[in-house]
Formats: sequence, C-alpha cells, structure tokens
Amino acid sequence: MTMASERSENFPIHDENPGPLLKVRDLRTTFTTPRGKLNAVDGVSFDLARGETLGIVGESGSGKTVLSRSIMSLLPRSGLEQSGSIEFEGIEMLSATPDVLRTLWGAKISMVFQDPMTSLNPVVRIGRQITESLRLHTGMDKTEANAMAVSLLTQVGIPSPEQRVRNYPHQLSGGMRQRVMIAIALACSPRLVLADEPTTSLDVTVQAQILDVLAKLQEERHMSVILVSHDLGVVATRTDRIAVMYGGRIVEIAPTDRLFRAMAMPYTKALVASTPRLSQPSHVRLTAIEGRPPDLVHLPKGCAFSPRCSYATDKCHSEVPPLTASRDNASHLFACWNPLPSTPVAITTTPGSSAS
Amino acid sequence: MTRFVLRRLIALIAILFCISVGAFFLIHLLPGDPTVTILGPNDTPENRNALLKELGLNLPLWQQYLTWIWNVLQGNLGQSFITHQSVSKIISSAFPIDLELIILSQIMALGFSIPLAIASARRPNGLLDRASTTTSFGMLAIPPFILIVVLVLLFSIHLHIFPGPGSYVPFQQDPISNLHTMILPAIVLMVGSTTIYFRLLRADLIATLQQDFITVARSKGLSDRYIMWRHALRPSSLSLLASAGLNISGLVAGAFVVEYLLAIPGLGFELVNSIQQVDYLSVQSITLFVAVVIVLINFIIDFLFTVVDPRIARE
Ligand SMILES: Nc1ncnc2c1ncn2[C@@H]1O[C@H](COP(=O)(O)OP(=O)(O)OP(=O)(O)O)[C@@H](O)[C@H]1O
Ligand SMILES: [Mg+2]
Repeated sequence: MTMASERSENFPIHDENPGPLLKVRDLRTTFTTPRGKLNAVDGVSFDLARGETLGIVGESGSGKTVLSRSIMSLLPRSGLEQSGSIEFEGIEMLSATPDVLRTLWGAKISMVFQDPMTSLNPVVRIGRQITESLRLHTGMDKTEANAMAVSLLTQVGIPSPEQRVRNYPHQLSGGMRQRVMIAIALACSPRLVLADEPTTSLDVTVQAQILDVLAKLQEERHMSVILVSHDLGVVATRTDRIAVMYGGRIVEIAPTDRLFRAMAMPYTKALVASTPRLSQPSHVRLTAIEGRPPDLVHLPKGCAFSPRCSYATDKCHSEVPPLTASRDNASHLFACWNPLPSTPVAITTTPGSSAS
Repeated sequence: MTRFVLRRLIALIAILFCISVGAFFLIHLLPGDPTVTILGPNDTPENRNALLKELGLNLPLWQQYLTWIWNVLQGNLGQSFITHQSVSKIISSAFPIDLELIILSQIMALGFSIPLAIASARRPNGLLDRASTTTSFGMLAIPPFILIVVLVLLFSIHLHIFPGPGSYVPFQQDPISNLHTMILPAIVLMVGSTTIYFRLLRADLIATLQQDFITVARSKGLSDRYIMWRHALRPSSLSLLASAGLNISGLVAGAFVVEYLLAIPGLGFELVNSIQQVDYLSVQSITLFVAVVIVLINFIIDFLFTVVDPRIARE
C-alpha cells in the first residue's frame, strides 16, 4: 500500500476528467490479402470507463488481437485500411501522428503480450528493458529508474529483484518473464493496459498468479484494463464487462454478472460449454463448438454464426442481426435474431469480483 | 569462464600442431632446390652437399621437422637461408603492414555495410534496398585481383588520385602518405567483406524486426532509431560475426595477393619471395605464424559471440 501511495506522487492521476477513457466507434480494420479483403475487425463500437476491466473473448481468429493492436494503433500502417474512430483521452488514435503515438505508448497506454518467451529481447538485461520507457517518459535519471525497476519487480512478485534486474530473459522462467512484462507495461502507470492473452502460454497455476498481480496493480493505480482471452473462465471472475467477438464483430456485450445470468447469443453459450473448468476432472471432454470459425474474407451471409448455430432460422441465414440492447437491460447488447431465454449459466464463482 | 578459455586453449594447441605439420610437409613438396638459389646453378655436387649439411637439410624430414618445431617452441623462428635475416625480424617488420591493411579494410567494410543494411532493412524491397542488394550482388562477382587492376588503372594511372604500385611509405615515416598508399588496397579488400556483411546483416535485421520483442519495444514508445540500434542490431549480428570468422583466412590471402601486386612489403610479399627462393625455414615459419594469427582471431571471435549473445554459454 505504501508502494501505491509513493507511486501516485510520481504519477498524479487525473481522474476528474469526465467521460469514458476510451471510445471506439464503428472501427474497421481491413487487411489486403492475396485472397481478397479481410475484415479482421468489422464495425466494433464500445466505451471503456476509467478503472473498468473489459474482457474480450472469442475463438481463435475472431479478431481479438487485431482489435487490441488497432486500439493501440500498433499495427503496421502499410497494407492496412482502417476506418471509424478510436478516441483515447480525447486523442483520435487513428489519425494521430507517429510522434504523438510515441508519447502515448508506454506512458498512457501499454500492452502485455501473449508470449513472454518471445516478448523480451534476449540480449538486453531485464533492468534495462524496464527502465528504458521510464527514462523516456518520466525523465528519471539512471539511478532513479533503476530503483524504480527494482521496486516494480518487487510489486509483480519477483524474489531478489536486485539480482534479477541484471539477468537476461533466458535466466527467468516463463511465469517470471510474464511478471517482467507486466512490470514493463505498468512502469509509467498508464491509464489503459491491453493484455492480449497474457497467460495463455503459461500453466494453470501460474496463470492465476499472473492475473492476480495484474488485478492488484490495476486497483492500486486505478487503471483500465482490456483483458483478451479465448477462455471465458479466465475473464469471468476478473472483469466488469465482457465483449464476445465472432468474425471480427462484437456479437454480445454485457456486464459480467449479467452476461452469465442472461446470455442471449447461442455462440456465447457454446463458448461457455467449451470452456475448461478448474473444478472439472481433467479427463472430462470439452464440447468443442461445432463447425469451423468463419472465413473472414468471405463471411457467411446473414449472421456469421448461423451456419454453426442450432437455433438458426431462415432470417439468420439472410440478414445480419444488428447489435441491439436487451429489452430489460440497456447495458446488455447482443446481435441475434433468436436470443436464448434468460437462464443463468453457472460458470462464475464470484462474478465481477475485480470491480473497483 | 576459465573453463571456456581452457577448453579452447587445448583445442588451439591441437589445431596448431596439425597446422605446423601441414605447413612443414607441404613446403617440402615444393619443387626447387635451395642450394641452387644460394650457390647458383653451376656449383659442384660436393659444395652442394656441404651446404645441405650446413643447413641441416640432409637429415630425414621428420628430424628436420622436430628440430624446427623445437626451436619454434623456444621462440626461435630460425633464419632465412638466403638473407640470413632472422624470420622473427621479417615478421615483426612485415606483419604490422598486413594488420593495418586488414583493419583498415574491415573498418571501412563495417562503416559501409552497417548503415546500409539498417537503411535497407527499414524498408525491405524499397528503392534503396533493391539498389544496394543488386549492387552488392554484382560486387560479389568481382574477384579482388581483377578489381585491383581496374582500380589501379583508373585511380593511379589515369586520375592520379592514389599512388601506384611500389610507392609504399612506412607509417612511422609519414602517416599521411602511408594511409594514402594503403587506401586503394584496403578498398580492394573491403569490397568483398562489405557485400557479405551487408547481405547477412540486412537479412538478419529484417528477420529480427519481425520479432515480438521489437513490437514490445515499439509499444514502449521508443523511437525507431533507438529500437534499431539498441534492440535489433545486436541480436542480428551473429551471422555477420560468424562470417567475419570464416572470412578472415580469405582476407589474409586477399591481402597477400594485393601486397604482391602493389609491391607492399607485407607478409604476403615476403612469403612469395621466400617461396620463389625455396627458403624453407622462412616459408614454414611465416606460414605457421599466419596460421596462429588466424586461429587466434577466430578464438577472439568465438569469445565475441558470448558477448553479443548472452544465451551462448561460455562453457
Ligand atoms: N497482418 C495480417 N495480415 C493479414 N491477415 C491478418 C493479419 N493479422 C491478422 N490477420 C487475420 O485476422 C484475423 C483475426 O486475427 P487475430 O489474430 O486478431 O485473431 P485472435 O482472435 O487474436 O485469435 P487467437 O485467439 O488465435 O489469438 C485472422 O483471420 C488472421 O488471419
Ligand atoms: Mg490473438
């Protein structure tokens, strides 16, 4: 706790600003591929409040990574078409110059990447990889930055941090490397952290520890987090809201507890059924979702999920359902012609526990 | 660390033993007779035999080898049969010239190839990249002994920018003129290295720039220039380093050819002279010396690998 107050002196938090931290409107990210145009993100809109944690879930290839990199404007701009709007703290990211983006990256908005084994530079010491953004954005001198690196490593739960800063990445385990990645991402106390499947490549016990560290630091610094995962179980207990992606679109978005009480999309339900549970004996087979994820170059007509959906009607195969609010809850939106009746689904233990 | 050095040292001794045997026996396969060089073609067989005895050349080869290597181990490289100069003296006056030539050429090669590779890798298939890749491909096809002739014709004989063959000035005497005479041969040696370094570094840089850790570095807000020099260059330089090690013997051979053609009194020049005069001891000892130098440089490069990439264990 002393750590947290120390930090807020270094990085004054201006949370008096009204309005959401991030506003995404009708975002489209299109790659030109040899097979044709690929809409990896296809008209996504949502707001993110300050301090909020939004989970983004979806099968592999549903566009989660492209969405989070688009939000950060980190995708290489050549061979890429983007439209819509991403407003972060009043700055339009899509039209921001590289110089403006560089003042935001690492300082205001940062990212924890999926694979800690490849995300750290193998020939640069851990300490330097943490201090370089500190020195760039906060103007700390070498000693201050080094002391901060040690303190950050302590905060992410790395033992004997004084020695670790002098280590190279290959001297650390996967879990420790991901802790280092979190330390790097949080070094300058950004307002928004995008965590793209931060624990997918780690084993289950380590996963929980890493997510706990992230949640703890998020609360201390009052940051917003977008937690991307293909695993609903991971986001169920650690998010305020969940957006479900399918074929580059958000097909359902709702506060976490509401989603599990009254999910409307058959796809969300299928995703839940395919989610492994810690309480389950490991030999229980998961019900994989029937069929294959859609081809983003040639999306199916109508609802993109309709070819795999057992509730699909003729309308589903011909007309794209718009994302609309549920009749009884304005914060619950879904894109489905035949929503499921509201039956609670038991997957979460304590929904929305990380609400701050 | 000490184990690393120790193991390398043992390997080194084994390699040097093999080289010494090779150098010795290969040279005795050379046609020619040192007594003809010393006494002329018309002397009597008695005089010749007396001279052979005096030089120890009448003994069986293995005995000659042992005598030589025993002396070498004691630091005595022997004397030239013909000029009676000690071989150590020849080496100590000639070798710095080779060293200067090679270092000069490598500084220029790195000075050209690193910035060019960085600029090319920044925009693969861009205009600069295509131009430099094509040019380097052409350069690779030009052998040094042709290049030197062309350059001398152009720059010394027609344009008079650089002095021509035979105008070597020792560094101690006049550093400026010395550098002036050494630039042209250094350029000849540089060309081959530059093209190789450029191509390897460019390819490795392009691969490294695709790595996740580069995206992470960008996501910290670091500038492209900083990312290139701090994050991309070092992990991309392993092939370059390896090629420098493989290249070094070719470089020495190239230096020898260039010295010979431009009458620069380096080791290559001395070595060719000694061979022509069938001066066994000089040839053997110079060859062994050059081999030691090449092996030592590779030894240093092996060590540099562990500096550049901490994952390569020094064990
Ligand atoms: N640079 C690119 N060029 C062309 N297509 C791309 C590019 N990057 C991603 N895609 C495509 O965009 C789609 C969405 O990919 P994305 O990586 O966002 O999926 P994801 O939801 O993150 O999946 P995963 O769970 O496997 O990480 C995929 O079909 C992918 O092939
Ligand atoms: Mg992904």
